[in-house]
Amino acid sequence: MTDLTKLTIAEARSGLRKKEFTAVELTKAYIARMEKKRGLNAYVCETPEQALDMAAESQKKIDAGTGGDLEGISLGIKDLFCTKGIQTTACSNILKGFVPPYESTVTFKLLAAGANFLGKLNMDEFAMGGSNETSAFGPVINPWSKGVPLVAGGSSGGSAAAVAARMCAAATGTDTGGSIRQPSAFCGVTGIKPTYGRCSRYGIVAFASSLDQAGPIAKDVRDCAILLKNMAGYDAKDATSAKINVPDFEQFLGQDIRGLKVGLPKEFRVEGLNADVAACWDRTTDMLRSRGAEVVEISLPHSKYALATYYIIAPAEASSNLARYDGLRYGCRVDGKHLDDMYINSRSAGFGTEVKRRIMIGTYVLSAGYYDAYYLKAQKVRRLIRDDFARAFEKCDLILTPTAPGAAFPIGDKSMNSNPIQMWLNDIFTVSISLAGLPALSLPAGLSAEGLPLGMQLVGKAFDEATVFKAASALEQDIDFGSVK
Amino acid sequence: MSGMIIEGKTGRWEIVCGLEIHCQIISKSKMFSGASTHYGSDPNENVSFVDAGMPGMLPVLNEECVRQAVKTGLGLNAKINKYSEFARKNYFYADLPQGYQITQFKYPLVGEGKVKIELDDGSSKEIGIERIHIEQDAGKSIHDISPDKSFIDLNRAGVGLMEIVTKPDFRSPEEAGAFLRKLRSIVRYLGTCDGNMDEGSMRCDVNVSVRKVGEDGFRTRNEMKNVNSVKFVMQAIESEARRHVETYENGGTIEQETRQFDPNSCTTKVMRKKEFAHDYRYFPEPDLPPLVIDEAFIEQVRSEMVELPDVRQERFVRELGLTRYDASVLCENKETADWFEQAAQGHDAKKVANWMMGDFFALLNEKKLSLEESPISPANLGKLVDLIAEGVINGKTAKDVFALMAESGEAPDKIVEEKGLKQVTDTGAIEAIIDMVLTANPENVAAYKAGKTALMGWFVGQVMKESRGKANPGMVNKLLAQKLG
Repeated sequence: MTDLTKLTIAEARSGLRKKEFTAVELTKAYIARMEKKRGLNAYVCETPEQALDMAAESQKKIDAGTGGDLEGISLGIKDLFCTKGIQTTACSNILKGFVPPYESTVTFKLLAAGANFLGKLNMDEFAMGGSNETSAFGPVINPWSKGVPLVAGGSSGGSAAAVAARMCAAATGTDTGGSIRQPSAFCGVTGIKPTYGRCSRYGIVAFASSLDQAGPIAKDVRDCAILLKNMAGYDAKDATSAKINVPDFEQFLGQDIRGLKVGLPKEFRVEGLNADVAACWDRTTDMLRSRGAEVVEISLPHSKYALATYYIIAPAEASSNLARYDGLRYGCRVDGKHLDDMYINSRSAGFGTEVKRRIMIGTYVLSAGYYDAYYLKAQKVRRLIRDDFARAFEKCDLILTPTAPGAAFPIGDKSMNSNPIQMWLNDIFTVSISLAGLPALSLPAGLSAEGLPLGMQLVGKAFDEATVFKAASALEQDIDFGSVK
Repeated sequence: MSGMIIEGKTGRWEIVCGLEIHCQIISKSKMFSGASTHYGSDPNENVSFVDAGMPGMLPVLNEECVRQAVKTGLGLNAKINKYSEFARKNYFYADLPQGYQITQFKYPLVGEGKVKIELDDGSSKEIGIERIHIEQDAGKSIHDISPDKSFIDLNRAGVGLMEIVTKPDFRSPEEAGAFLRKLRSIVRYLGTCDGNMDEGSMRCDVNVSVRKVGEDGFRTRNEMKNVNSVKFVMQAIESEARRHVETYENGGTIEQETRQFDPNSCTTKVMRKKEFAHDYRYFPEPDLPPLVIDEAFIEQVRSEMVELPDVRQERFVRELGLTRYDASVLCENKETADWFEQAAQGHDAKKVANWMMGDFFALLNEKKLSLEESPISPANLGKLVDLIAEGVINGKTAKDVFALMAESGEAPDKIVEEKGLKQVTDTGAIEAIIDMVLTANPENVAAYKAGKTALMGWFVGQVMKESRGKANPGMVNKLLAQKLG
């Protein structure tokens, strides 16, 4: 029998229906793979027994012909999603041992569609980081590492690595400033951050409420389409979720892209852009052009302020969102003489350096006397960035950019860790899209000179994931990344 | 001129005072969660995951709270803002599980309004409303159960509040007292708040400053938090104003600070100096979209409005002929006004009002009964007034009938019938009694006839006594005059 973990969700689904193998066999194959690749540190909590029980239940449904869209499919879940009865920590010491008595809407929908969960995936603490090195459980090792262990990217590093290493059929991720797209690019897998409001945020540990979005990381574009359909939808429990119909995204795959207008933002073509990344961008542009797409230059003049804007707004919201971790009701508590001491002790012990840094920045930019100069100004620039995209989309249907400025770097890299801004620059191509709330997919598009995966990002209009999927599936065929690696 | 003037050594001072009143909104469930608002449940019985600030939980606005606040705004003749925003007020405290309070800051739901108050000297004054915003309440910290532990009850956490902010329009404690009673009356009429200051469903913060009569602008004010009765608010204003005058006249300055009123000593003391004031780091609540309401919603609420005390009072004066004073007393409380209207229906309203404000209120007071516990029904009080008007009983008998009604709850006509209390209007019967009295007192008859006409009163008394009070006094007078010629 072939290695079942090599099958995409679409292939596995077909195999299950044709009774070529059972859901339990499929799940066991992934569990074996998880054990074999445990050294990557992708999972922070494994739930193989539950997964097998659920697979057995799924098999009954498949046999009865009543299986759901994801019946018997084994997924990994980013540790930011609250999973009922299963430890959820956001990879922070402050939540170690926390077992939610409720299920996030996204994971609830996946379970309802028949998926089973192999465990919780590693990530940067509270999704704050771009290399998975801020996790309280230690960094994830990129499966592409040859000698020196490389980062898997972040914050959804565990999700991207687990998918790349076939330790799950696909995984959930969340993206605030690039947390699905950048690790997908680093690990050579496909991930989509849908439009803000597509997926419910209910039950996802909040980082920056106005930016956080859930999305899938998977082996290919089709699997992303299948998963997103089963994750998205209006939820009365999230006032920011959109009351917009969710189409069957699979129908757009393989559609003709002739006449599609693809925009290339000139501001992203920065001086000193990594040569491999630039070549990859040119190559994929040509692929779209040769399929009949029209390539146009667009301008996003305020994108140079995106990183600064993001690193004001996201920490501001985070400083408030993380106030609830006070040691009082759940999670880590370190007692003190007075209430204030207990807060200080618990939060000092529970939060890591990067989280503390962002709480401090966020508290500062919201403080009396600084609010107007920082937070308010950032909100105004955010509006300008949104307007930039709205104007650009008058000239094009889709935007093509690199996902990240380079390939995965070594864990503990000195230049990255010497200055937090160096690390934040990894988000340079992703944050403006997050600030605008637009859908963006990253797919593996080539290899660097060192043989590491590089990702390209396709950005669509708000709630037009359809066009993103259409173009991504065309590119995916031409790139043929599977044979490259 | 209703203002209070403090005569100081250096001149005459006037009080400047504004109020901020927190009114708990009457609604079945909390403002941002489905938990019950029931008062008196066991501690922490009415707490949802949202109220407890669990990870990943999101607020969802309860439309009923918006409706109630809009209704209150309309009741205070205020502008309803179709666009408003929620904001987070950040601070750490044990009974604030999220680490922030969801409130409204820049864009409140209700804008400027005005309320007319009546003062004891018969004058009236308009008090400006600055704004009303809606927000969630905090939980309760209980410090007196254990010497070294505090206990937290989150039942109140998340209950909806309206914060009503007045303009600094009060110039005397009396005005503030009249306003609070009026506001309480209005919210009770509307059914938007219980208005119980002792139970904390209505809480008042008092801002006080003073200035020389004729002086422009305002001097530094001090805020006294949570003053919990109308009487205490009035005392707090006066004592604080006197402290300011004394301070200024002794060459001192008033620092902006938060103070606490001690009802035992009738003085205020410092709670928090300005330099220790919290920086609440307000910013727009990213979990909730702006609150947008349309004209139809406002009109719907308007159509559900009941007649408010001012309008009702006016109608009682105009249509029922009540004095302004009687109307205002009867209208302060909706239940009282309703009771009165039922009793007055089809009867002499003025007489019903006299009975209600006299014997009836005295009875309730004496027996410590609430209106709904009254043994006398509105219809029966109306009937009693009719019995007098129709001459069935006289005023004196009516008092006895009223006492019997209070005891048994029986209808007055039934009591009159059973006890044989009907007024005697039969000329023959009265004449018979008169004859008997005259025959028994020949010397007085002689004296009367000799010119001692003052004896008429004595004769009337004797006849009434003989008739056991039932004789019609008018007829007795008339017949006696005839007989004594």
